[in-house]
Amino acid sequence: MKKLNYPFTHEAVRDLKVGDMVLISGKLFTGRDAVHKRLHDGVKPPVDLSNQIIYHCGPVILQDKKTGKYQVTAAGPTTSIREEPYQADVMKDYGIVGVIGKGGMGPKTLAGCKEYGCVYFHAIGGAAQVLAEKINSVDAVYWLDLGSPEAIWELSVTEFPVVVTMDAHGNSLHAKVESASNEQLQKALKENGH
Amino acid sequence: MAKKKAKKVAKTVAKKQVKKSAAKSTKKVVAKKATLKKSALKKSASVVNITKTLEISLIELIKNTSAILPDDVQKVILEALEREEKNTTAEYAMNIIKANIELAKKKSQPLCQDTGTVLFYVSHPQNFDQIKFTKEIQKAVVKATEKGYLRQNSVDSLTGENSGMNVGPGHPSIHYHQHNKKTVEVKLMLKGGGCENVGAQYSLPHTALDAGRDLDGVRKVILDAVHKAQGKGCGPGVLGICIGGDRGAGYIESKEQLLRRLDDKNAVASLAELEAEIVQTSNKLGIGPMGFGGKTTLLGCKISALNRLPASFFVSISYMCWAFRRQGIELSEKNQIKKWLY
Repeated sequence: MKKLNYPFTHEAVRDLKVGDMVLISGKLFTGRDAVHKRLHDGVKPPVDLSNQIIYHCGPVILQDKKTGKYQVTAAGPTTSIREEPYQADVMKDYGIVGVIGKGGMGPKTLAGCKEYGCVYFHAIGGAAQVLAEKINSVDAVYWLDLGSPEAIWELSVTEFPVVVTMDAHGNSLHAKVESASNEQLQKALKENGH
Repeated sequence: MAKKKAKKVAKTVAKKQVKKSAAKSTKKVVAKKATLKKSALKKSASVVNITKTLEISLIELIKNTSAILPDDVQKVILEALEREEKNTTAEYAMNIIKANIELAKKKSQPLCQDTGTVLFYVSHPQNFDQIKFTKEIQKAVVKATEKGYLRQNSVDSLTGENSGMNVGPGHPSIHYHQHNKKTVEVKLMLKGGGCENVGAQYSLPHTALDAGRDLDGVRKVILDAVHKAQGKGCGPGVLGICIGGDRGAGYIESKEQLLRRLDDKNAVASLAELEAEIVQTSNKLGIGPMGFGGKTTLLGCKISALNRLPASFFVSISYMCWAFRRQGIELSEKNQIKKWLY
């Protein structure tokens, strides 16, 4: 089990390899479909994202009516591939060091990871409670006009568990599993089951 | 429009609450006077109570569905964990899944942050008021959202606006069936967007997959769908499948197949065989939990058939993630939860 601690750097991230199980401590910024589209449309981010990690996540957030404080009650990853058209540009334009999501991303993002020194971390999809427990606090929220699940939530986390599935050296576990399983699929399609 | 509707529901909820407290205080005064009106008022108060009890029962159903996986699903997940090789990312993923199931139950909080499409299946006897029941379901959904059992998950497709209450055109999704029993049964499924997005509908014959209009063709397109879903649908997952029907009926039926218990047996022998074969072959593909590679790709497969037109042959596939949230309740005459159905 490796550890990645805040402040994050491109150097630290380049040391990570596909298959590494990593515990992340520090800051995460959530950002999913609407955030990526808005950034890609040329709107400047409301907060400096350089050397930060974007988490593809639409959390369940409750606000204390008296104190106005936010609390995360569930926060697993959402499917990342929907950000494939935008992710590499966000890496280039805003200097992030990594993204956390689920399901992996495609060749454009993989090339972006290599070029800009980023890593794709895979969190366990659906594990919203285990992951929410690793969140210590909600420190700020931006772009709440996009709706709660789509807003940018600034979170502090301790030992947030992820697996590196795309590294900064051009390796992708997703590409590997996809091609190996496709071979098996072709075999199964040739068998005549009935 | 969605917002308007949702607001309307919220308003009705508020109004009813005022009415209820008014009815209560009136009742006290009348009781003191012991007039003839007493019995009439008692009756209306009991109607209010039955409605209130229904709301409580429905919120309880939503809370439990969101937080606790049914036993049959938990069982196959634990079996899948046992199968994975030690010290692999697949085993790591299954261990986190197991911990998550336990934690959500303990904290009574959403197992997954995507509380999904809220799908109700209501079986009811003759002379049942669906319009009234729909309103009660909507009210319960609004309250469950306020309590954080459901995420604010309903977006206006035209404006992108989130009503924040999970009520609007098509939300929640409610399916009514009349049955021959005297009781009302309410089943609920919460189906997240990740797994809904990898659902698929094939039209046979399918040239690229060399899939003809027979069960072997059906088998081929299902395996193709499993391969394409890798990573995206939060596997290991469960398939609900309908062979035949029109496009709409096929998808509805494929989701209803997910209401079957995982350990049941298909009464149609050829379909029972196909279900088992799909699970077995899919698990040989090596896609594994989360698409990390591994031994379990599918936890189950349920198939049924509807008649089709001579010109059409659809295979409709609904994919359910491992966070397979479904529960059901049988209501008593007073709308209390008489029995849990899973």
